[in-house]
Amino acid sequence: MTEVISEKLPTTRQTPFDPPPELARIRDQAAISRLKFADGHLGWLVTGHHQVREVLGSPKFTNDPAEHHLLEVRFQGEVPKERRRIKPGMFLNQDPPDHTRLRRMLQGQFTVRRMNQLSEWIGTIVDDQLEHLRSFGGRADLVQEFALPVPSLVICALLGVDYDERHRFQEDTAKLLSLNSTFEEAMAAMERIEAFMRELIARKKADPGDDMISDLLATGEPTDEEASNMAMLLLLAGHETTANMLGLGTFTLLRHPDQLKILRDEPDVVDNAVEELMRYLSIIHFGPVRTATEDVEIDGHLIKAGDTVVMHVPAANRDPEKFPGNPEELDLRRPATGHVAFGHGIHQCLGQQLARIEMRIAFAKLFQAFPDLRLDTAPEDVPLRTDMGIYGVHALPVAWSS
Amino acid sequence: MKISVDQAKCCGSGMCVLTDPDLFDQNDEDGTVVLLEEHPDAAHEASAKEAAGLCPAGAITIS
Repeated sequence: MTEVISEKLPTTRQTPFDPPPELARIRDQAAISRLKFADGHLGWLVTGHHQVREVLGSPKFTNDPAEHHLLEVRFQGEVPKERRRIKPGMFLNQDPPDHTRLRRMLQGQFTVRRMNQLSEWIGTIVDDQLEHLRSFGGRADLVQEFALPVPSLVICALLGVDYDERHRFQEDTAKLLSLNSTFEEAMAAMERIEAFMRELIARKKADPGDDMISDLLATGEPTDEEASNMAMLLLLAGHETTANMLGLGTFTLLRHPDQLKILRDEPDVVDNAVEELMRYLSIIHFGPVRTATEDVEIDGHLIKAGDTVVMHVPAANRDPEKFPGNPEELDLRRPATGHVAFGHGIHQCLGQQLARIEMRIAFAKLFQAFPDLRLDTAPEDVPLRTDMGIYGVHALPVAWSS
Repeated sequence: MKISVDQAKCCGSGMCVLTDPDLFDQNDEDGTVVLLEEHPDAAHEASAKEAAGLCPAGAITIS
């Protein structure tokens, strides 16, 4: 077998909705290929759907950032190992048994049943935000007035964070996610968010409310540091990802009028439409990343202990072996279940059932309330988040007449 | 067909409940899987297999 080696991970998109075209070529040649890292390490790039699932489902890999070789994409791949150590409570990066212990403290809060019970309340938040959007008359930025506020209001209320204090974390979240931030800038932003979270934990301890953070503290299980980092993870993960799916998803639908017509004519298609938008857009540029903790064979390749593996979720979500027909096309009626946009394995998105409900309600109500919603700028002028760790649109100028 | 679930492996993603709420539920305390039907009838066999395939933690087996 000839090995396919990439000197660098392709990251330049040619179109707003598609991953860089080189990825499909790499996947067609080798679903598992070699990739060079900033320090010269020859690691792996996984672009096939079942291969991504296999790595993410294996207990022989860690998501501890201190163990990963880095790509040049961020900080030129130069971050001292001791500054990459995970902080207690950042369960996304922890291995079992710590990961299991911490995640289980929260899992009961995000069950399908609990999230379904929130439908009506989320519907009210969406309706209020649509009224706010309408108050602009006939044109507005959908990101600032709808896509970002909806998930931010939801996660703030669930966690018990005062929405009026969002300036204390939203700007710093942007700095943390910006690929243009220096390492020191990103760390400074992180420290400010951490300070806010520590203050929040102290407040909740003194004056508990009816919210997830108070409930978590009431169990007496996590240390203050763990609780603070767990809450930070939920807050950041809870608004950036869904907000960008709403913004980019709306842009996508407006650019695919035949598909938007299906969504408008057949309201029941919305559940599958959300899965298909997740599959088609993936919302991250690439990743997640894992490092092997022992030698492991994946799909005929021997991955050695210490090797870093970059999974490419956008490429895997367009793998024709998993999604036959034309996986490069958006098709709201396609069976899209099984996409890996929420990941796979024990770290699969904890908030995915909340994200699903938010997206189903938001997309359905947006296009009901604004049947003639349209782009208010040339499509090529929509500012894309190519400079951010999470993709999407920085702004989406829209217009309507009724 | 027999469904088995492993609570120790379960990571509470809810994919099984999303796929077939007649067969699976989640514990309110820690979100782990609760099996409602060990032996699904013919109408639920396909969704039982789908749920096993979708489970991110490999906590559902079909025999």
